[in-house]
Amino acid sequence: MTDAPMLTFEDLAVSFRSGRESVRAVDGVSLTVAPGEVVAVVGESGSGKSVTSMSALGLLPPTATTTGTVRVGGVDVTTLDGARLRAIRGAEVAMVFQEPMTALNPAFTVGWQVAEALRLHIEDLSKKQALDRAAELLEMVGIRDARDRLGQYPHELSGGLRQRVVIAMAIACEPKVLIADEATTALDVTVQAEILDLLRDLRARFGMALLVITHNMGVVADIADRVVVMYQGKVVEQATVEDLFARPQADYTKKLLASVPRLARGEGRTRTAPADEEVALSLEHLVVEFRGKGGRKNRAVDDVSLTIAKGEVLGLVGESGSGKSTVGRAAIGLLKPTSGSVRLLGEALTDARGRDLRRLRRRCGIVFQDPASSLDPRMTVGDCVAEPLVINGVGDRTERVVALLKSVELDPALRRRHPHELSGGQRQRVGIARALALDPQLVIADEPTSALDVSVQAAVLEVFLELQERLGFACLFITHDLAVVGRVSDRVAVMNAGRVVEEGPRDDVLFDSREEYTRRLVTSAPVPDPVEQRQRRAERHGL
Amino acid sequence: MSPPRFEGRGPCTAQPMSLSSPVVAEPAPVRVAGSYRRMASLFFANRLAVSGLVILGVLLLFCFLGPLVHHTDQTHTNLAGANLSPGQGGHPLGTDDVGHDELGRLMIGGQTSLEIGIAAGLLATLIGTIWGAVSGYAGGWLDAIMMRVVDAGIAIPALFLLLVTATIVRPTVPVQILIIGCVSWLVPARLVRAEALSLRSRDYVQAMKAMGGGHRRAVFRHIIPNAIGTVVVNATFQVADAILLIAYVSFLGLGVAPPKTDWGGMLSKGIAYTYDGYWWMIFPAGIAIVLVVCAFNAIGDGLRDSFEVRLQGR
Repeated sequence: MTDAPMLTFEDLAVSFRSGRESVRAVDGVSLTVAPGEVVAVVGESGSGKSVTSMSALGLLPPTATTTGTVRVGGVDVTTLDGARLRAIRGAEVAMVFQEPMTALNPAFTVGWQVAEALRLHIEDLSKKQALDRAAELLEMVGIRDARDRLGQYPHELSGGLRQRVVIAMAIACEPKVLIADEATTALDVTVQAEILDLLRDLRARFGMALLVITHNMGVVADIADRVVVMYQGKVVEQATVEDLFARPQADYTKKLLASVPRLARGEGRTRTAPADEEVALSLEHLVVEFRGKGGRKNRAVDDVSLTIAKGEVLGLVGESGSGKSTVGRAAIGLLKPTSGSVRLLGEALTDARGRDLRRLRRRCGIVFQDPASSLDPRMTVGDCVAEPLVINGVGDRTERVVALLKSVELDPALRRRHPHELSGGQRQRVGIARALALDPQLVIADEPTSALDVSVQAAVLEVFLELQERLGFACLFITHDLAVVGRVSDRVAVMNAGRVVEEGPRDDVLFDSREEYTRRLVTSAPVPDPVEQRQRRAERHGL
Repeated sequence: MSPPRFEGRGPCTAQPMSLSSPVVAEPAPVRVAGSYRRMASLFFANRLAVSGLVILGVLLLFCFLGPLVHHTDQTHTNLAGANLSPGQGGHPLGTDDVGHDELGRLMIGGQTSLEIGIAAGLLATLIGTIWGAVSGYAGGWLDAIMMRVVDAGIAIPALFLLLVTATIVRPTVPVQILIIGCVSWLVPARLVRAEALSLRSRDYVQAMKAMGGGHRRAVFRHIIPNAIGTVVVNATFQVADAILLIAYVSFLGLGVAPPKTDWGGMLSKGIAYTYDGYWWMIFPAGIAIVLVVCAFNAIGDGLRDSFEVRLQGR
């Protein structure tokens, strides 16, 4: 890479005014991206990585004050006015955002939107020409039958296709710099792998400078040439991808890499099950249908049968829309199954009503994905944890709440705070404490760590597993993250399109899978190791 | 920004798994003052809202403590001293057509208006909140029925209902509170239902159900407290509306019976003497109504802004 850098940040600092205070989000960031190079900026939430990328397009809100320079091909973006900035956006620097649904306008067809991206920058382009070019672009990003897709609306496309359309719009004017801000975060792993392939391919074809913002070390290992690690607004380390993963220098990088869960055979828990175990939860031929538009039935769960023995952790994996959360909700009676039965500790939950249902429910706990929405913002932490005790008329609550908070390694003094005063990891610990308040025999954990940063995820998982060992509750652990499922579960079930496609002991399913779908899922999950990831990519292309 | 706080990790025992030690600090959220204190500071930074509060305070003092300072006879008529202009015969605001002191009358009339307005506004809010929360939480056929009742109620003009009932029952203060409260709960019911629809699917309501909690707890402990912003803001508008409504009714001659009166009733009387130029019988009551309604609306706007941080600075 001897070319002059295409994108340069020099001593960039951004602070946000909020009331009378000012918060420094980015503090002295310097980095360069050469043409044809992929630089990944990695960091956890609040590290300032997105703010850095936004400044390249001049997209920061008016409350931000910026110092330092951001150069795109030699032009300092920070000094440009509105009109000149608009001329650069899209033509010189383009951006792909995280959520493809909100990045596209639902009221216009895909073709219209791609054509608009063209017509904004290329004058005297007729409508017809723009649409022709749009079709070419869609083909370029790997959309088949591009001509027919032009007339479709965003909601008619899958998430992966939508993200491809967003990328097509971004590359419409052949920008010199493409910024992908968590562009694959909202996508399933198999789709993520395809989009990463596409980005790699586009970089090779157009020689674009690619700046990838992500929190996922697997994505970094997969696509980056060089990596910039950010922490609390500062760059803590810059290195080539091989160096960074093999020889991390900064303490923070080491800790970050150490906390990324890895999928490896024989790692994680091993539990030898006694022969005749009591069953904690059994689902028999469970079917859940939702009524869709026009009375059409949408079968979310299709003939699922699963059992969980007492003290066992069953990992339920699947991509979005596979029905895994629906299974979890039906398992504790939050949803009524259309047919089939749910037996909880030997009793039929499906037939239980009123008092019986409540008695059964108090023997299970549930941990939700987003701790921000699973705790009532108007209640104190102590009240949240105590709620199951209040509902079930348990006395001595203060003592119990203190003990519960201690068991999830939280300071009991936090019980007087409100949830919004806690960090994400602390909130999720509160969620776990609440789920365990009644000494449940079964815990449903629905993506309990997906909303957390990796380092926090590792801490929360550790607390959870330690408690599981100690208290011996059975657990249905629902997640899309194979590495997490590898860590926590004794057995694994894989769901696809409402059905369980494979089920068995952890290593058998994850490493010697019989089903092609499982194998594709496993090979698509990027591993945080550039060398191994390269091999896996080759393997996947052969599959 | 506060320094990073480490995730609380006590003396963790047994670590049988090969879990990597998580030692990275998770930046704690910026420590914010309690939400109520933050709202209060936002509210008091809003000049319009504070002036609303001051006006309301002054009016309340005037109406309820004023009579202790300014003694007047508001029961017996004194035809000899009727229609005096301000200043005459020791009446700072003159007298009305039966000789009541206008200033004193403004005070006791204000008592009636404010009592009815505030009580009816609160009653309407109470009924509307519970109705809306139950309807939105329940969903399905119950929601459909409850909301059709609201639709039907809204289709009938409140003023018409008030006039009809005023001809049937003798309008005393409690009766008027009850009637106005019962015709104006429809709007808060709709607002709260909309909130409840989104709140009922929140994870914390689901979590509570999974713990074996009942519907009553869901509605009163989770849904209503989380809709409280909407409820409080709307309550201030409800009070303003109720005061206006009672003024209409009295203006049309169907208010509380003499010798009691309210601001609307005073206006109604004053109108008869417009051509005689007896302005003191119209302006004081009219201005008082405008002031109190504006004050409540300003307070409501201020409250809404402090609940909705996003609307700040607009």
